[in-house]
Amino acid sequence: MAALYPARKRRNLVWKALALAATMFGLSWLVLILGALIWNGVGGLSLDVFTKMTAPPGVVGGLLNSIVGSLIVTAIGLAIAAPLGILAGTYLAEYGRYTRLAVGVRFINDILLSAPSIVIGLFVYQLCVVPFGHFSGAAGGVALAIIATPIMVRTTEDMLNLVPDSLREAAAALGMPRSLIIRQVAYRAVRSGIVTGILLAVARMTGETAPLIFTALGNSLFAADPRGPMSSLPLIIYEFARSPYPEQQKLAWTGALLVTFSVLGLSILARVLSSLRVAGKQS
Amino acid sequence: MTATAIEEAQTARSLPMDRARALGRLKFADGGFRWMTLLSALLVLILLVGVAISLFIGSWPAFKTFGFGFFFSDAWSPPKERFGAAAAIYGTLVTSIIAMLIGVPVGLGIAVFLTELCPPALRRPIGVAIELLAGIPSIIYGIWGVYYFKPVMQAYVQPFIIGTFGAIPGIGSLFAGPPLGYGVLTAGLVLAVMILPFVTAVSRDVFETVPAVLKEAAYGVGATTFEVVGNIVIPYTRVGVIGGVMLALGRALGETMAVTFVIGNATKISASILAQGTTISAMIANQFADADPGLFTSSLLALGFILFIITFLVLAAARWMLARLEVKA
Repeated sequence: MAALYPARKRRNLVWKALALAATMFGLSWLVLILGALIWNGVGGLSLDVFTKMTAPPGVVGGLLNSIVGSLIVTAIGLAIAAPLGILAGTYLAEYGRYTRLAVGVRFINDILLSAPSIVIGLFVYQLCVVPFGHFSGAAGGVALAIIATPIMVRTTEDMLNLVPDSLREAAAALGMPRSLIIRQVAYRAVRSGIVTGILLAVARMTGETAPLIFTALGNSLFAADPRGPMSSLPLIIYEFARSPYPEQQKLAWTGALLVTFSVLGLSILARVLSSLRVAGKQS
Repeated sequence: MTATAIEEAQTARSLPMDRARALGRLKFADGGFRWMTLLSALLVLILLVGVAISLFIGSWPAFKTFGFGFFFSDAWSPPKERFGAAAAIYGTLVTSIIAMLIGVPVGLGIAVFLTELCPPALRRPIGVAIELLAGIPSIIYGIWGVYYFKPVMQAYVQPFIIGTFGAIPGIGSLFAGPPLGYGVLTAGLVLAVMILPFVTAVSRDVFETVPAVLKEAAYGVGATTFEVVGNIVIPYTRVGVIGGVMLALGRALGETMAVTFVIGNATKISASILAQGTTISAMIANQFADADPGLFTSSLLALGFILFIITFLVLAAARWMLARLEVKA
């Protein structure tokens, strides 16, 4: 009995130390990765990066076409995913709720939320590249839209679920039809929540590479026409990181820095927005 | 009668008509909106079914040519048009197992730290930092893995592993071969870091569903923190934790870019985890854009179909378990 107490205390201490070590381990990766990005990427940041095209080795180049390509492809993705996701999320939260269909859609949406993005790429290749016979930025946008839609559905539904039913009932008592209640009352109450969803969706799309490899393909020239192949930042990182030329590797790191900090910036912004909302609710 | 009076009279007479029309329009808009949301929701369903069907159609030529042998053959030779999925499936499973073996305990450890040990002031910043780890795109893990992680593996970790375990009979063959840096183990370790935040996020959320009364009761009878976690928190949240682990497994199985960078992309099955290998997703990413139409493309689509089915089953199981917990809570 006397020996049991110190043994329990010791074991407790060991496990506590292990949990602390695990946390340190996890945090150290974040520091190492961000550190490497800043170390290698900041040196390459110059005006050239934003004003020149990607170039063959030996020529001073930038990332202009990739940055523009990324913006266009992401914009196409958002233009499809935002309305689709908001409407589907509205159905789940406002109309479907606990019907069998809504439960099924919710389940499938959760699976799509973490479906491998490369498989989405293959699907869009079959859907948008094979029939037209060539790769295109638009196909890349569709692929990104499929990745972003589940995020929009999920955040919209979660946010609408936070709207108190008494608000809807009050509007209904004034004789408002259902669709007006949703649009004029519920949407207004969750406006910042929907913006959060959009930010998260854009963050996710910004970093996606796998579904673009065989949809948008990449393009070393400036291309603003989504009907043709289009470059994007992740694609150029993928290409240049494996290049033997130091100047291309350097550009890859600069691109990686841009992508990572846009993604992390967007997610932090989304977090701040949603915490502001919660704070406003409590007061 | 003045003009205004006539107008007033007309307005008065036509009011019921306008109201009927306005109501009709409202009713139409109301129904239209409802249908639009329903269609969007259905589209989400159709999307998943569409992915399955289109991949199956695309992979049909490969399945028809190679039959069930496709799953068990490790041949992969575009010139000879001989294709098999075994090497890719094997690599996918082994890298995921390595990732789970390391990522799950560490992820759980962080969740325990955050919910039970961490000073409240640090809880939020550390939680956010771990979530940022999940936000870093896959390609960044890839470029970082190639430039920083692979050299360290090659220079220090792998020689150490070979020197320590390589000579032990039996498990020695697991660690045979030269230290190349690239390989299955390197890919598995990078994957471990990538899935860790998912394990942490889900387990932290389910740990927080444990009623404080239960924990207080345990502390009240003199249990240590470790005993509370082991005997109260984990048993109470078991289903949810397993769900989170399966969710992370789904991620690990489908992860593409980071793996493509560090696995070495060799289409063969090796006993050694230090050897170069490939995974389903790495193979598709590497070869699809250049594949000839026909059997080559179809075989890659077949790999995609297999990956889709595996991850679907894993993710469905994960969601089912997490949903069960939600009902309980």
